[in-house]
Amino acid sequence: MDRDRIETVGLRWLRRVLIAAFLLVTVFPFYYMLLLSVRPIERLLLDPGALVVGLGELTVATYAEVLKATDDGGQGFLTFIRNSGLVALAATLLTLVVAIPGAYAVARLRFFGRRQVDFLFLAVYLFPSIVIAIPLFVVFTRAGLRGSLVGLVLVYISQTLPVSVYMLKNYFETIPLSLEESAAIDGAGQLGVIRRISLPLAAPSIMAVALYDFMIAWNEFLFALLFLVDKPHRWTVSLGLAQLADGVEVPKTVLMAGSVILTLPIVALFFAGERLLTEGLTSGAEKG
Amino acid sequence: MTTTAPGTGRSPHRERPVPPRRRPLTLRRRESRAGLALVAPTLLVVLAVIGIPIVWTVVLAFQRVRLATLRRTGLFGEFTLDNLDRVLHTPGFADSLVTTLIYSVGSTAGSIVVGLVAALVVRAPFRGRTLVRASMLLPYVAPVVAMTFVWQVMLDPQLGIVNHWGQRLLGWDAPVPFLSQDSTALATVIAFESWRYFPFAFLFLLARLQAVPGDLEEAARVDGATPTQRFRHILLPQLMPVIALLGVLRFIMTFNKFDDVYLLTGGAAGTEVVSVRVYEFLTARTDIGAAAAQAVVLAVVLIVFVLIYLRFFARRVD
Repeated sequence: MDRDRIETVGLRWLRRVLIAAFLLVTVFPFYYMLLLSVRPIERLLLDPGALVVGLGELTVATYAEVLKATDDGGQGFLTFIRNSGLVALAATLLTLVVAIPGAYAVARLRFFGRRQVDFLFLAVYLFPSIVIAIPLFVVFTRAGLRGSLVGLVLVYISQTLPVSVYMLKNYFETIPLSLEESAAIDGAGQLGVIRRISLPLAAPSIMAVALYDFMIAWNEFLFALLFLVDKPHRWTVSLGLAQLADGVEVPKTVLMAGSVILTLPIVALFFAGERLLTEGLTSGAEKG
Repeated sequence: MTTTAPGTGRSPHRERPVPPRRRPLTLRRRESRAGLALVAPTLLVVLAVIGIPIVWTVVLAFQRVRLATLRRTGLFGEFTLDNLDRVLHTPGFADSLVTTLIYSVGSTAGSIVVGLVAALVVRAPFRGRTLVRASMLLPYVAPVVAMTFVWQVMLDPQLGIVNHWGQRLLGWDAPVPFLSQDSTALATVIAFESWRYFPFAFLFLLARLQAVPGDLEEAARVDGATPTQRFRHILLPQLMPVIALLGVLRFIMTFNKFDDVYLLTGGAAGTEVVSVRVYEFLTARTDIGAAAAQAVVLAVVLIVFVLIYLRFFARRVD
């Protein structure tokens, strides 16, 4: 009858349609990836529009090809998985070791240059990673670190550090000061306060940051491409997949199997830590 | 780490005059020392792996360096304006700067608008909301390499599902090569970016929406404001600061992006953004000087844009 009523009813329906649309648009590419990875390429060419795996069509030969070592005629993704896992784990652990004390200091301790440090981390974001990539490429070429996973870990730490410090700092700031003060009065030193009070309280937040760092390192592509491209046995999964696509005629179904292998760990981690991640990323967002 | 850090933290204080009488350190001084010690490793890594390379890129931009001559070029070799001159006068560079700009503005706007709609849609509780919210974050957390390949395959003219159903249901005459023809490539890349990064905007906007006090809207409703009016006059003003912040963040991140365009089109069909061009100069042509010069121009343009934006925005808030 009146405008309010029309809008309310109209928007209620629009909302339902939009929720369905969002669900479709976000989930479908993942489903499509999975679907193609288990269909034989001949069947895909015959019927590209199929939305389910046909009876008797299902195959895992694509996965076998992707995972098998190159010596056995496969694509050697098992090695890539190991490389990616090692690099991402090392980068995550080292980032935490460096970021936790740093974030605590920026959040809690008054020291000379604290505000500049805060600003520095923001300013770092202004620079394209391609700017950083050029001299690193040069240095690593000279130092013989190109093709080494250690060099890559070092670069990944620098990539995850600013955002880790930022997230952890926001969390440390929410811990009531009185808790730390009472521990200090009870005779705990600075490190004792951090170890006994702040760290246990920040454990969920630290987990979130660890997950986030792992994802960044696992997903990273540019630096892996620049530093590892000449050494196939050092490739990460991202790089290996990209090289697979560039190489000699590889069926799209095999490419999709590789994509599933690359994506699966991240999606699994994400659903395991979804609550932690969404809260960790936006904590402090309300402050504007 | 705790064993090496204190030594690094102490040194900056040597220059400062020590209090005349030898008393135990005040709490304040101890705090200051501890702070510096704890932040030192972070600073060290950021300076070594990010700070120094940035300065070095600027230096390289003014030197004639190729990968082949690298060993002979010192850090402070001859300086020249050749690189900048060459770069600024090659027609391709101006084009790619414009492409970068369209790409950044389009993707930023796209991801924020889609993110806003998403946040409004899942704001009120409904059954399965947690699952919908989680799945909306998937494009953002999934690896970029896998996502670009899925899009490539979906949009493929021969075996892609989009073209298949487009021809069947929407009556397209011929398959559309979305990523390889000039008229659609850039728009498709922008659509990909909006799809991949709307979750970022969605998260921040949803968090802000949930902090809007309920009685504000309730009061407007009692006063007879319709849903769209309530959005326009109550919610949107509350969201504006977050939208403005997202605008800067997304613009910066997209402006600097390399992976997405490189993997989707390789810079073909009018999608060559500056970072992809820099990569080409660095690897295919091994012309480090020219690559550095373009990267520096990219960074300077970005800084100028951000400053203008901040200026404009700061004034509007006043």
